[in-house]
Amino acid sequence: MAKSIRERLSGNEAVATALKQINPDVIGAYPITPSTEVVHYFAQYVADGQVDTEFVAVESEHSAMSVCIGAAAAGARTGTVTSACGLALMWELLYVASGHRLPMTLNVINRALSGPININNDHSDSMGARDSGWIQLYSENNQEAYDNNFMALRIAEHKDVLLPAMVCQDGFITSHAIENIELLEDADIRKFIGEYKPERHLIDGKPLSVGPYDTVQFYFEHQYQRAQAMIKSKAVVKQIFKEFGDLTGRKYDLIEEYKMEDAERAIVVLNSSAGTAKVVCDQLRAKGEKVGVLKIRLFRPFPAEEIAKALSHVKAVAVMDKADSFSAVGGPVFADVRSACYELANRPLMVNYIYGLGGRDVPVENFFKVYEDLNEVIKNGKTGNIYRHVGVRGV
Amino acid sequence: MSSMLEIRWHGRGGQGAKTASLLLADAAFDSGKFVQGFPEYGPERMGAPITAYNRISDERSPLHSNIYEPDYVVVVDVTLLDAVSVTSGLKKEGAIIINTNKSPEELKPKLEGYTGRVYTIDASSIAEEVLGNRSLSNTSMLGAVVAVSKCIPEGKFMEDVKTSLNHKFATKPQVIEKNMTAIERGMKEVKSA
Repeated sequence: MAKSIRERLSGNEAVATALKQINPDVIGAYPITPSTEVVHYFAQYVADGQVDTEFVAVESEHSAMSVCIGAAAAGARTGTVTSACGLALMWELLYVASGHRLPMTLNVINRALSGPININNDHSDSMGARDSGWIQLYSENNQEAYDNNFMALRIAEHKDVLLPAMVCQDGFITSHAIENIELLEDADIRKFIGEYKPERHLIDGKPLSVGPYDTVQFYFEHQYQRAQAMIKSKAVVKQIFKEFGDLTGRKYDLIEEYKMEDAERAIVVLNSSAGTAKVVCDQLRAKGEKVGVLKIRLFRPFPAEEIAKALSHVKAVAVMDKADSFSAVGGPVFADVRSACYELANRPLMVNYIYGLGGRDVPVENFFKVYEDLNEVIKNGKTGNIYRHVGVRGV
Repeated sequence: MSSMLEIRWHGRGGQGAKTASLLLADAAFDSGKFVQGFPEYGPERMGAPITAYNRISDERSPLHSNIYEPDYVVVVDVTLLDAVSVTSGLKKEGAIIINTNKSPEELKPKLEGYTGRVYTIDASSIAEEVLGNRSLSNTSMLGAVVAVSKCIPEGKFMEDVKTSLNHKFATKPQVIEKNMTAIERGMKEVKSA
């Protein structure tokens, strides 16, 4: 087992530390709240000579992602960090990165999209990017944000995957909260991530084009290949989670099943509120109530099989969405979780809650209410309204 | 879950309530605890009311919400008593610690019937005398909080906070000793009714 270093860091400090230890070849970045600190810290590491990275201070997030794409095409280990509107401005390039099968990591410090303008947390930024062909990992706290960075890099660079990867964590709630964390030593990180040796790149001396027009004769095949890579990536994610677990003792899976074995009511949630939901779960368990929490760690590729299996014996499920998709029938996590359960012989009753938008605090009361509502659903034997809200006034 | 101490700080932007909460988190971490220290961000501007929080426990707390039923409330700016319900949810077995030159008895009418312990400390005057600036009251408030809450053994705290200040003021070493004096005076001069 690798040596562990006891520390206390904010989520942003944890990400900056991970990036320092990874020592990427190129970082292109443009600061935006609440991810700004990561860029500050990293620029300081560069100025102090603590990393060998070529740091490119650009004039927009569109250019930050363009820098990463160019660097990755030239065989560099690269990545960036952003939030909210910064991610929105990268949109066009997100698809370019994954479509050209360029591995890189992007830390998304989740923040609400405008408008009206709001700098606080929700998941409207990264949820909107869920169909851009990127791997997406979500982090409950600073420890997961730190650990996910190393695993995301390995997943992205794996020859069966070659897709860029996002590591998401909640803006302010974890990015600006100091908490205990266990760090790894540089040497162990170096060994875990290894040296990046892409099979082909722009400056390997052999002629290669990246990004020319893809004609009708080939475009569809390339999209098929990208989709196949996403399918294959699930096994790679599992393998790399296992390797990381063997190294650190911190065992991660695609989903975390918390007291789910005999649960009759379950809450499906991701990022920081999963912790708060667990506290509520513990308090209800202490009273003998059969409740559980299913936390999604990997959202793309979507672990449909694993989620369906975990929910197969549950009577009623509440899926929490910290972003609305404005489909008028529920949020993005709900749509995928409900679809995943379609083939189950005994489908659980399932409702959706939009919660915590724009930094609205998510106290334990929200989850007590949701578990209580699930009791009603079971009692009635039907869901009633599936598209619900919790923590919003006037509902 | 084992016992957990929850502290809520009320200040105004620019007074260092967030910094004090992070210093407390640092010191509690150094004494072997699991900590959380986080601010609640409203409009970021000088003078606007801000809130910061601490959780200190023997096991990691997975809670990621604000604190609604704190064990202790710290008021860095006494004018907030007229603007914010600082005693909201404060446990009666806990205490409130206020930066003021008034006595606890004088302030009680403003505390919305709070029946727990009330402490006062003239942290602004300490800051003026020791640091030459009335608005740098956060370090003596930190001392007062440790003395009242006993969340960290005092001797251990003085060692640990010195380490934190050395780190925070690496480029301004001349202010470290003065802040240590302010902390010490905060611990000694805090008084209850």
